[in-house]
Amino acid sequence: MQWEIVIGLEIHAQLATRSKIFSGASTKYGATPNSQASLVDLGYPGVLPVLNGEAVTMAVKFGLATGCTIAQRSVFARKNYFYPDLPKGYQISQYELPIVHGGRTDVVLDDGSTRSVGIVRAHLEEDAGKSLHEDFAGMSGIDLNRAGTALLEIVSAPDLRSAAEAGAYMRKIHALVRYLEICDGNMQEGSFRCDANVSVRRQGDAKLGTRCELKNLNSFRFVEKAIEIEAARQIELIEGGGKVTQETRLYDPDRDETRPMRSKEEANDYRYFPDPDLLPIVVDPQLIDAIRAALPELPDAKHARFMHDYDLPAYDAGVLTAERRLADYFEAVASGTRATPKVAANWVMGELTAALNRASLEIDATHVPPAALAALLDKIEAGTISGKIAKEVFEALWNGEGSVDAIIEKRGLVQISDAASIDKLVADVIAANPAQVEQFRAGKDQVLGFLVGQVMKASRGKANPQQVNEALRKQLVP
Amino acid sequence: MHIRTLAQLASDLRARRVSATELTSHFLERIGRFDPALNAFITVTAEQALAQAAAADRRLANGTATLLTGIPLAHKDIFCTSGVKTSCGSRMLDNFIAPYDATVVERLQSAGAVMLGKTNMDEFAMGSSNETSFYGPVHNPWNLALVPGGSSGGSAAAVAARLAPASTGTDTGGSIRQPAALTGITGIKPTYGRVSRYGMIAFASSLDQAGVLTQTAEDAAMLLEAIAGFDERDSTSLDEPVPRYSQIVNEPWDNITIGVPESFFDSGLDADNAAALRAALAQFEKLGARLKSIELEHIHLSVPAYYVVAPAEASSNLSRFDGVRFGHRAAREGHEDLLTFYMRNRGEGFGAEVKRRILTGTYVLSAGYFDAYYLQAQKVRQLVSQDFARAFAEVDLIAGPTTPSPAFGLGQKTSDPIEMYLNDIYTIGANLAGLPAMSLPCGFVRNLPVGMQLVAPPLAEARVLKAAHHFQRATDWHQRVPATYA
Repeated sequence: MQWEIVIGLEIHAQLATRSKIFSGASTKYGATPNSQASLVDLGYPGVLPVLNGEAVTMAVKFGLATGCTIAQRSVFARKNYFYPDLPKGYQISQYELPIVHGGRTDVVLDDGSTRSVGIVRAHLEEDAGKSLHEDFAGMSGIDLNRAGTALLEIVSAPDLRSAAEAGAYMRKIHALVRYLEICDGNMQEGSFRCDANVSVRRQGDAKLGTRCELKNLNSFRFVEKAIEIEAARQIELIEGGGKVTQETRLYDPDRDETRPMRSKEEANDYRYFPDPDLLPIVVDPQLIDAIRAALPELPDAKHARFMHDYDLPAYDAGVLTAERRLADYFEAVASGTRATPKVAANWVMGELTAALNRASLEIDATHVPPAALAALLDKIEAGTISGKIAKEVFEALWNGEGSVDAIIEKRGLVQISDAASIDKLVADVIAANPAQVEQFRAGKDQVLGFLVGQVMKASRGKANPQQVNEALRKQLVP
Repeated sequence: MHIRTLAQLASDLRARRVSATELTSHFLERIGRFDPALNAFITVTAEQALAQAAAADRRLANGTATLLTGIPLAHKDIFCTSGVKTSCGSRMLDNFIAPYDATVVERLQSAGAVMLGKTNMDEFAMGSSNETSFYGPVHNPWNLALVPGGSSGGSAAAVAARLAPASTGTDTGGSIRQPAALTGITGIKPTYGRVSRYGMIAFASSLDQAGVLTQTAEDAAMLLEAIAGFDERDSTSLDEPVPRYSQIVNEPWDNITIGVPESFFDSGLDADNAAALRAALAQFEKLGARLKSIELEHIHLSVPAYYVVAPAEASSNLSRFDGVRFGHRAAREGHEDLLTFYMRNRGEGFGAEVKRRILTGTYVLSAGYFDAYYLQAQKVRQLVSQDFARAFAEVDLIAGPTTPSPAFGLGQKTSDPIEMYLNDIYTIGANLAGLPAMSLPCGFVRNLPVGMQLVAPPLAEARVLKAAHHFQRATDWHQRVPATYA
C-alpha cells in the first residue's frame, strides 16, 4: 500500500518590532521576568490596546514578498480562553479578515525539483506570556515579558508531501523573514516556531485524511522528525484497522514520539468576535507602494542572479543566498578580487563557513572581513602564494595576526616562482632519488607525483606547483 | 453654597467669594451627614480632596486658575484613580488600588477640579437600579425607598442631593440618562468616541461612553469641554476638534426642528410621564422649535439586540478578572487545580447579574450560536443606526421620554431581569447608534422627577446642550432639590 503524507504548516514568526504590538513596552529578549510588561500587557482594568504601525508594515512586507493580496481592510478579533499567561483572558488575533492572504512560494527540494506551496494567509496577533512550571516548589511562575509581542502567523496550504518538503518550506520562510528583516529567526528563543497539521491518505485518494496538529516545533530537525513519526503512527494505526482522531499532539524529542495533549487543553470554543477596542486596519495603497519599492532583493531573485551574473552552480547559489548577509559577504568578496566568482564562492562556503561554525559565530561576527578575503584571493590569483599556503594565511587572518601582506611577509610565505630557484630544487630532488628517477624513465608516470611532493616538501610548500611540474618533466626527459 | 451650579461656583471661586477649601469642606461635610442614608459613595477621598483644594486655592490666589480650578467633583467608581480604590461596584475589585488615572480623571484634574470621592454603581455598570452593587443599593434622594436608577446611581444621587455639584458617569445603555431622569438632574452621554475610554473599566467596549451628571446643561457643557477630545491611548476615540460648548450654549436660540417618535408614547409609557413630556415639548414649541412626528422603524428591536451585543463584549472584557494578577482571590483550600482556582475566584468575586451577563455573552458567541445571535444583533444595530440617520436628514434633534416611568421601588424589579432591562428601552438606541443623548428634568409625576431625552446626530453635542440650556432658562424643573437636601 502506497501512502501519501499531507502536511500544512502554521509558522509563528515573532516580528522584530522594537515595542509590543499593542503597547509601548520593549520586546527585548532575556530581561528579568515581568520587567517588560506594561499595564496593557498585564491586562489591567481600563487599559486599551493601541496598534503598533511597525507590525503592520512588517506584515505587508511579508505579503508582498510572497505575492499575497494585502487586505484593504482587516480586522482584529478576540480569541477567548483562560490561561494564567494570557492576562486578558483573550488573545488579540485576526480571524475572518487577515491582513495578508492568497500567495505562494516555490521551494527547491534536494533533488532539484520545485514544489509550489500556497500561503493561505498571514495574520497579525499578540504572543502570550510564559508559564514556568519548574523551580517554584509546586507552584507555577508566570513571566509576561513575552505577552503582547507581535507575531505573524503564516498559514500554508496542505501542499507539502513529506517531512523533507516541510523542512525545506520552513527554511524558505525562515530565509525570507530574515531577508525582509521582520524576524530575527532565532529558534532557540522561540522567535520562529511552527505547528504542523499532518494527515495521511492512500495514494490516489481525493479526500484528505483526518489530521492531527503537532504543536510548538521549534527547530527544522524537530519539524521533520515529528512529521515522520506522526505520519508513521497514523499509517500504522490505519493499517491495523484503526482510525485517526483529530487532535492536538505534542512531539517529545527525548522519546521520539508524539502524544496527545490533555483533552482539557484543546476542548476550547474560542468564541472569536471582532475586537471592539481596535479599529479595522486600513492600509493606505501609497504605503503599500512605498513598502514594495523598498523591498530588498529576495532569495529567489538573488539565487537566479548569482547563477546568471557569477556563473555559479545552483547549489552554490543556494548556499550563498540562504542568508542575506552571507550573500552580501560573498558579493563583497567577489567584487573586490581578481579571482573568479567561483573561487570566491568556494572560499566563502569552505574556509569561511567552517571557521564560523567552529567558533559558533554568525556571518556578522566574522573575524575576516570581505576585503581581507578578497586580498587573499588576489595573492593566489597573482601566484604570490599557493592555494595551500592561502589556507594558512586565512587561519592567521582569522586569528588576528594582521593583514594578508603582513602575514605573508612575516611568515615568509611568498611562493617561489623564479625559474632558477625551482630548477635548483628540482635538480637536488633528482639527485637524491635515483631509484624513483629510474622508474619514471622506465615509463612509470605516476612516480612524478612523488617527486613533485618531494620538491614541495623541500620548499616548505612555497614552490609554485605548476612550475615544479614543468621543471621536473624538463629535467627528467632531456 | 451647595445649591449653586458649577458655573456659579466657578465664578464665586474666581471672584474669591468662596475658597476651594471652604467649598470642598462644605461638600465633604454634606457627604458625612447625608451619605449614610443615601449610600452614594463607595470611597470618600477627604484628605486628598482637601490637599487638592489647597493647591487650587494657591492657583486662585496667584492667578493661574483655569475654568474648573477648585470645583469639587465625584467620580463614578468605574474610572481608575491613581492610588485610590477603584472597585467598579464589585467584590472582585474591592482590593484594587488603581496604579494610574483614567483620561477623564486626568483631564479634570489638570483642569483644576477636586475629587471628593468615588461613587456607587451597579456592579461593572450592569444594572438599571444600582441594586447590583457589592456595596449595597443607592437610595433615591427624592424618596429613600426608591431606586436612583443605574448604573451611575451613586453619581446621580450625589448630585441630586447636592453632595457634589457634579459627577462623572458612564453610559452603555442609558446608565447616565436613566439615573439622571429618576433623580431630577441633567446627564449627557456624548457621541461614541467623543470622550476617551482609557482608564474606564470596560463593560461593553463598543457601547461604553463616559459623560457627566450635572444640575444644568450649562454645567454639562463646561465639564464635557474639559473631558472630550482625542486620546492616543484609545484607538476608538475621535480625532475631532472640541467645540467651546460652554460658550455655544449661551448663543441665541436657532429655530430647530425636533423629531418626536410617536411610538415612544405608546402604552409602554406611564400616562403621567407622557403628559409631562407633551408639556415639555410644548415648551420647546414656545421657544420657537418646530415639532415633527418621526418613525424609528427598528427601535423596538434595540433592547434584544443590546442584550446580545453588550453581554457578548462583557463576557470577554471581564475575562481578565481571574484573581491571578489583581482582584479577588478566594482563600485556598489545600491543593486546587487551575479550573477550580478560576471558578472560586470568579464565583466569589462576581455577583449574580454579572454572572448572568457573562453566561449570556458566552452563549451568544459560542460556536453554532454566533450567527443567530451576535451577527443578527449587529445587523439590527445597523438598522437602528440607519433609522436615526434617516430621521436626522429631516430633524435637528429627537425628543422623547428617558424612562417609561418615574423611579420605582427598591427590590421591585429585581426578581425579573427582563422587566429591569425594559427600563432602558428608550435610551439603548443612542448607544447602538453611537449618538449623543441627554436627559433633562421636564416635570414631576407623583412628586418624582421625570426626564426628557434629547438625541442628536454624531458630534452634535453643542446642539443638544444648547437646546437643553435654552429649555432650562425657560423652566425651573432642574432647580428643584429634595427638601432634605435643599
